[in-house]
Amino acid sequence: MQCPKCHAPMHTYNRNGVQIEQCNGCRGIFLDYGELESLTRLEAQWGGQQAPPPPAPQAYPAPPAPQGYPAAQAPAWGAPHGGHGGHGGHYGGHSRHKSFGHMLFSS
Amino acid sequence: MTAAFLPALTAKASAAAHPNPHPNPRPDTPCDCATPVLTARPDATVIRHGTIVAKAHAPDTPPTDLTARLQTAAHPTLATTLLPPLHLTPTELQGRPVTLWPYGTPVDRDDPDAAPWEAAATLLARLHTVPPPTTLPHPLPPMRGPAKAAHAVARLHAAGPHPAAPPVLRAWAALPPWARAETPPPGPHLLCHGDFHLGQLVRTPEGHWRLIDVDDLGTGNPAWDLARPAAWYACGLLAPDEWTRFLDTYRGAGGAAVPADGADPWPALDVPARALTVQTAALAITKSVAADRPLDEIEQALVDACDRMSRMPPRPAELAPETTK
Repeated sequence: MQCPKCHAPMHTYNRNGVQIEQCNGCRGIFLDYGELESLTRLEAQWGGQQAPPPPAPQAYPAPPAPQGYPAAQAPAWGAPHGGHGGHGGHYGGHSRHKSFGHMLFSS
Repeated sequence: MTAAFLPALTAKASAAAHPNPHPNPRPDTPCDCATPVLTARPDATVIRHGTIVAKAHAPDTPPTDLTARLQTAAHPTLATTLLPPLHLTPTELQGRPVTLWPYGTPVDRDDPDAAPWEAAATLLARLHTVPPPTTLPHPLPPMRGPAKAAHAVARLHAAGPHPAAPPVLRAWAALPPWARAETPPPGPHLLCHGDFHLGQLVRTPEGHWRLIDVDDLGTGNPAWDLARPAAWYACGLLAPDEWTRFLDTYRGAGGAAVPADGADPWPALDVPARALTVQTAALAITKSVAADRPLDEIEQALVDACDRMSRMPPRPAELAPETTK
């Protein structure tokens, strides 16, 4: 099958009886209906614990449903608030001038 | 640099700025035009004299590389993208190559609201759509972005131990070899600026924005040219609306570094943005050590980002193929 995101071919792997498709291009993983629950159950059995609450965040979270102006996408390692259109970051007020002159110009 | 270097560089700029009978009535006395020093680093000395800018490049600059870069900047295909030099080859001054350029007005560092994000994005998109092998007369060396990042990390090593250095070095170690200038980058090699930031834009007397500084120009992964704004945005140093303006304009102008169809740009930007964050953090620590001062909040934000990225490798490891459908 082809990756729904980048259209590269996907390969199927078996993990403890669960079929997982991974894209050769973007490394995205496709799970069929019920597969995530199966994996979660297996993980809980392995750890001898209750199943943890799903789901883990994606590496590149999709923007939330538009509310006026959609938030820009950001990498997972981005600043906790700065990259998601929220408050925080260093681009407001005094810090904005400082970071602009200080960082946005130097080699 | 000797004490006589700046006067000699000034004389070169002055001769270019005043080619006809000098306005000074006594040609044996120095010209009285002001000659501000725009940059004074070991690898670059830049002065302005009237309408002319003279740049003395690093002494170890390979002459053939610099000539190929100058001729690219002078090529008609790039007339609306790169500021053209006055001459197609460098001259030499006390062992350093020197190039001459028309003066252009830089971006105002004190006015973030006036930053020309759209112009920057359009120029980069234009640069990235030039097919280098067929259009340009001289083969260009690789774009020097990864080499500059590696150089910054080497400087961090040389600066000695620092409490903020380990997360930066961990983030560097997690990058793929091409981003550390160890192997050529994968994918298509397009014409790239190699060191884009807002100081690399000037406005001509006619009011057109152009890219300057061809020292790192070459072929490579064009996402590197978007990586500095991307890194500032990811580190919380550039507001989301400014980043979005830049990225949307780049895409609208047909820029090749990210998918054009609105798909997530971060798979393409991730590695270069990480590398630029590491590079900037490494230089910030190096400078703080040299000045014997603590990191400021902006510099700490870069180190914090390195710490987060070192715990999230650039690309998930490929699953081991147990079975294949």
